[in-house]
Amino acid sequence: MTKRYEIRFSGAGGQGLITAGIILAEAASIVEGKYAVQSQSYGPEARGGASKSEVIISDSPIDYPKATVVDACLAMTQEAADKYANGIKDGGVLLLDSDFVKNEPKGNFKTYKFPITRTAKEEVGREIVANVVALGAMIALTDVVARESGEKAVLAKVPEAFLDLNKKAYSTGYDKVKDLLK
Amino acid sequence: MAKKVALLQGNDACAQGALYAGCMFFGGYPITPSTEIAEVLSIELPKRGGKFIQMEDEIGAMASVIGASLAGSKSLTASSGPGVSLKQELIGYACIAEIPCVIINVMRGGPSTGMPTGPGQSDVQQARWGTHGDHATIAVAPASVQEIFSETVRAFNLAEKYRMPVQVLYDEIVGHMRERIEFPEAGELEVIDRTAPTDSPEDYKPFDASKSDVPPLAAFGSDYKFHVTGLNKAADGFPTTKAELVDAEERRQISKVEKPEARADIESNEEYLTDDAEVVIFAYGSTSRSARYAVNELRKEGIKAGLFRPITLWPFPENRIAELAKQVKAIVVAEMNLGQMLLEVERVAKGTCATPFIGRVDGEPINPGQLIAQVKEAL
Repeated sequence: MTKRYEIRFSGAGGQGLITAGIILAEAASIVEGKYAVQSQSYGPEARGGASKSEVIISDSPIDYPKATVVDACLAMTQEAADKYANGIKDGGVLLLDSDFVKNEPKGNFKTYKFPITRTAKEEVGREIVANVVALGAMIALTDVVARESGEKAVLAKVPEAFLDLNKKAYSTGYDKVKDLLK
Repeated sequence: MAKKVALLQGNDACAQGALYAGCMFFGGYPITPSTEIAEVLSIELPKRGGKFIQMEDEIGAMASVIGASLAGSKSLTASSGPGVSLKQELIGYACIAEIPCVIINVMRGGPSTGMPTGPGQSDVQQARWGTHGDHATIAVAPASVQEIFSETVRAFNLAEKYRMPVQVLYDEIVGHMRERIEFPEAGELEVIDRTAPTDSPEDYKPFDASKSDVPPLAAFGSDYKFHVTGLNKAADGFPTTKAELVDAEERRQISKVEKPEARADIESNEEYLTDDAEVVIFAYGSTSRSARYAVNELRKEGIKAGLFRPITLWPFPENRIAELAKQVKAIVVAEMNLGQMLLEVERVAKGTCATPFIGRVDGEPINPGQLIAQVKEAL
């Protein structure tokens, strides 16, 4: 079986979405032993501008490292939604930060939304972990890796002082989406 | 014991490959999309007693690499097109003075500043002819994170073995993507060191080619004292204008790389489903990964497509391309420039097969769909 699964994380530069992509790729390739490639595309700005990070996960070696038709897409800002929430395959999924994406992209895919950044700030306690909330949410939405694999990869990536914060961020994002799916 | 594995960025793998090869000196100047190589080596080299220096510019960086190598250290610099343009004069110096060193070029677009964060493959002819004068060129083009590691090691080996600069070229996509890598154990990959002189310091001549067309190189600052210059020189390293000496030296420096046994040693290609192919895609770097995807899709439709991927770009694999040109209806050349290696494929194919071309310079990769359409058109 050679199943290729493509995930795109998009938002503004500085939101940590490239890191979210790297953690997902680590969960797939290091924790679960699948094949994974993470790539990115960003503008010249250090902060701001639309940025995207793509992760391809497969049971066999991956040739083309960029997305062809996206199975699942995350958009954290309106600019990212306008620019990157395209090429989602029929029956694919799109997750939006509902506070920032007011003009929803239309297409033959299912859209889910919740205020991702606000959840990080108000429920988890720090806005800076919005990317980990988003990562938990995307894993819940796609089941592309197991919940525990994602958590293990998150915890392997963050400094010790922030383990609890990130663990909470990951679980909160994961649970929010599983509730939406009920 | 299980091998050490990691999800690693291409540029990080380049730095790790350099360390594996025994690199002890890095002189550079930061530039997107290559900077991570310098970042990693700035941390790792001092831990091993090596030296890292960020110079005032790319010219100084290349000069420092030449100096460090002459003093006996395996030396590296890394940059992108605009920076490699600045290094050209000194790359020529390393060619004529036969100083081993490795130059990494993580390619973006151009000319000039171009699009710093976008990928490109438009420096492949610069690698060949960027510095003036007749000279041989060795350049390799890895296409995966694992291969960046192994080709960086091989680049050091070739630099040391043939006593000359070797360039490693890969596009921003390969440089910035992350993949799982298995770190080779010590001893698993061959590591070559330059040949040390057997003559005494008094008798040593740095360019004496009577025993080998790659003369041994002594370390500057050791008991061996010798002269190095960018001028045409005699065996003792001092300038000469004697016609027969100049001619012999120029020809030797090219033939040491281009003679058949050297080519066989240096050339490295990957072929995928070319045995029965009617159309072959010629692609390297990240474009070859797109091509492989396209070949698999075309095969599902019963189209006999294959992939030829040069890992060594220079010397150009002319013998194999000439053979393939006789076998196939078309060699589709795909690269992120407006037709650079295409010139070589056309030169070698000599019209025996069609050579349609796909080039992109908009900062986007050549996608499999484009290649599939081009192959179908070629049939």
